Amino acid sequence: MKIQRGTLLFWFVFLGFIVLVQVLVGAGILSNFWATLLKIGAVMSIVSLGLNLIYGFNGQFSLGQWGFYAIGAYTAADITYRWTQLHNASGLVVILLVVLLVGIAFFLVAKVVARLRGLDALSAFTLYLIGLLIAALIAVYAGKSLIAPITNILNSLPPAIAIQIVFFLAVLLGGCIAAEISYIFGLPVLTLGSDYFGIATLGFTIIVKVLLDNSDTLLGFTEMKGARGMVGIPKLTSWIWVAFFLVVVIIVTRNLLHSSHGRAMVSVREDEIAAKAMGINVAQQKTITFVLGSFFAGLAGALYAHVNGFLHPNTFNFIKSFDPMIIIVFGGLGSVSGTVVAAFTWALVLEGLLRIVLPQGFETWRFVVYPLLLLIMMLLRPQGLFGTFEFPYLRQILPPPFQPRETAHPVHTTEDTLETGA
Amino acid sequence: MENERLTFTDRMIKGKWIGKLLLIAIALLAIWGIGNKAVHNPQLFIQQIINGLQLGFVYALIALGYTMVYGIVRLINFAHGDVFMVGAMVSYFAVGSFHLHQWPAAVFPGLPMFVSLLIGTLSVILLSMATCALLAVTIERIAYKPLRNAPRISALITAIGVSFFLEYFGALPFVFTPNFITYKRPYDIITWYLKDGFHRLEAGKAPPQGSILISNNLLIIILVTVILLLSLTYIVQKTKVGKAMRASAYDKPTSRLMGINVDGIISITFAIGAALAGAAGVLYATAYPQVFFWMGIIPGLKAFIAAVLGGIGSIPGAFVGALIMGQAEVLAAGYISTPMRDAIAFSILILVLLIRPTGIFGEPEREKA
Repeated sequence: MKIQRGTLLFWFVFLGFIVLVQVLVGAGILSNFWATLLKIGAVMSIVSLGLNLIYGFNGQFSLGQWGFYAIGAYTAADITYRWTQLHNASGLVVILLVVLLVGIAFFLVAKVVARLRGLDALSAFTLYLIGLLIAALIAVYAGKSLIAPITNILNSLPPAIAIQIVFFLAVLLGGCIAAEISYIFGLPVLTLGSDYFGIATLGFTIIVKVLLDNSDTLLGFTEMKGARGMVGIPKLTSWIWVAFFLVVVIIVTRNLLHSSHGRAMVSVREDEIAAKAMGINVAQQKTITFVLGSFFAGLAGALYAHVNGFLHPNTFNFIKSFDPMIIIVFGGLGSVSGTVVAAFTWALVLEGLLRIVLPQGFETWRFVVYPLLLLIMMLLRPQGLFGTFEFPYLRQILPPPFQPRETAHPVHTTEDTLETGA
Repeated sequence: MENERLTFTDRMIKGKWIGKLLLIAIALLAIWGIGNKAVHNPQLFIQQIINGLQLGFVYALIALGYTMVYGIVRLINFAHGDVFMVGAMVSYFAVGSFHLHQWPAAVFPGLPMFVSLLIGTLSVILLSMATCALLAVTIERIAYKPLRNAPRISALITAIGVSFFLEYFGALPFVFTPNFITYKRPYDIITWYLKDGFHRLEAGKAPPQGSILISNNLLIIILVTVILLLSLTYIVQKTKVGKAMRASAYDKPTSRLMGINVDGIISITFAIGAALAGAAGVLYATAYPQVFFWMGIIPGLKAFIAAVLGGIGSIPGAFVGALIMGQAEVLAAGYISTPMRDAIAFSILILVLLIRPTGIFGEPEREKA
């Protein structure tokens, strides 16, 4: 098998970066503050890559990314909190069962919906909702009997390994819960037009934030402590973990985009009607992208929860939900490399550099400078820092276009005959 | 003949009945929840409706700015809520530091108290409106106009940037300060209560049990909103500027061909919308007397939701949507769950969008140049 030079370069640079940061942190050259910022940068890269899939590549103007991020964060935090503070695997078992059973329920309902041809979105949503509720109820009741044996199995392992396993599963489950919720929410909402879709997803973010504000009273999760903020989450997100997930997300995104699914996705962004005419299932394409993007958001949220060991609903305020949007526009819509670079730049400049550069007594000017930078950026380069540029490994190398040997009759393309609209 | 062969499931699918049943169930639950408590205490219910009306009228003024700007440039102007904040702040400084509301009394001592206060209050509102209009035109010229041909998302990010800038610039110690400021009304609150007739509530006394309170604030809000709304309708429907506005909203390149100065019209639209937001800022601050640098975010968002609910781009839609939003918020807070009121407002929005994807008064979406 021939490995291309770009691929080698990518792995070399990326692994080099990861090892370099790890060594610098280990040697104490890079302070804890900057190490945390790098972790935040990687987390923001993951969440923005998810949004870039949804908006940059599929053209769905979503402001709901932050809501899924919050869901992932709180889910994973609950699992690890119960493991470290309450010494049982109740969160892990129940959420694992919920994810599995809801997945099965969705699969079964999808079979039913496929038989009922011409079912409208709201009706399908109702059926899915019923399936979700039944599955979740069964999972919660069935999970109770499984808590003790699984706790025992995990306890028989060395604690240092057990906690890493719990953490890894927690991160994945955070992503899965976000993905399942995005699937059922996306069913009716993805039928809306672009701006209305954005507003509905913005509403989703705000609803999630309000629910988190009242998580202890209305939802009954006393350990989340509602608007007082959840404390006592173990700080498990190491640089290695976060870099591992970032690499996985980048590779998944890259491979997806270079597959036929990815090209279908982009064609939906370019022109929905033309895509439909080419035999692409537009609704399915939108759903897949939305679910995958939300899965990434959930992963990122789960990682974020274990960076500082503290979660507060205000972190998931709708104003912050513009941050990933700003990052992907800043980096260039539809550019994976641009998104990653912009996310790291955003984290390092906004939290790190601006705090250092601004003189004493001018800390409050940070958010005056930031929008000004944003404005200048938008006025000078509205297509973003990278435009659609990609680094070699991420760049799609298309096979050479098909060239017929001879054309008997010259074919007029549409551009020749039709006036293109503005 | 075709109809008779339809089975039960076919009818369910064709009539979209499963989804409708869900909506009906939600509606019945809400009506049962509210109706139950409303029947027990009808005075409280009417009081809530009145409070909702007060909120709804303020939202209407803000929502109009969103809807007009969206209608003409297809931009969700996130900075609008902060323009509203600037309006409230300007009126605070005009009243608190410069005593602008007292100028008629100082210049014409012979005027009756009521008339001079009325003129003073109106001049405060006009000052806020003028400041906001100027601010919005400046923002439009500096930030939005260069991006008119850029992708829409760039303009949106710029709008978010402007919003951040206005908030955090306002929070600087020498601008509006980052503190909560208690607002000083230009007039005193007079409250009437409705029980066995119409009585004036003496200052410092509690109203009797089971009475409905109406304050002069509510009347001023309704009066100012109605006047502004009527003049806006007049401008949009009867004047040449309004005609140009409607034409530009419909088709910009053709309007340009017809000799309309589209850029000028866009600036005027921004100015009118911001002027309404400035008036709303003063009214909101008199009703809920506390001003601070990010007071514009939540009312701005609610008003935006109201505009979407009514069908963004439609002026009567914004008004109706704002009234619905005001009622929904107050009733949800009063009868369902206070902390959940924002979530309930958004749930209503999402449900309405699912039934009518372009809002109550919205026209079906069409691609625009």
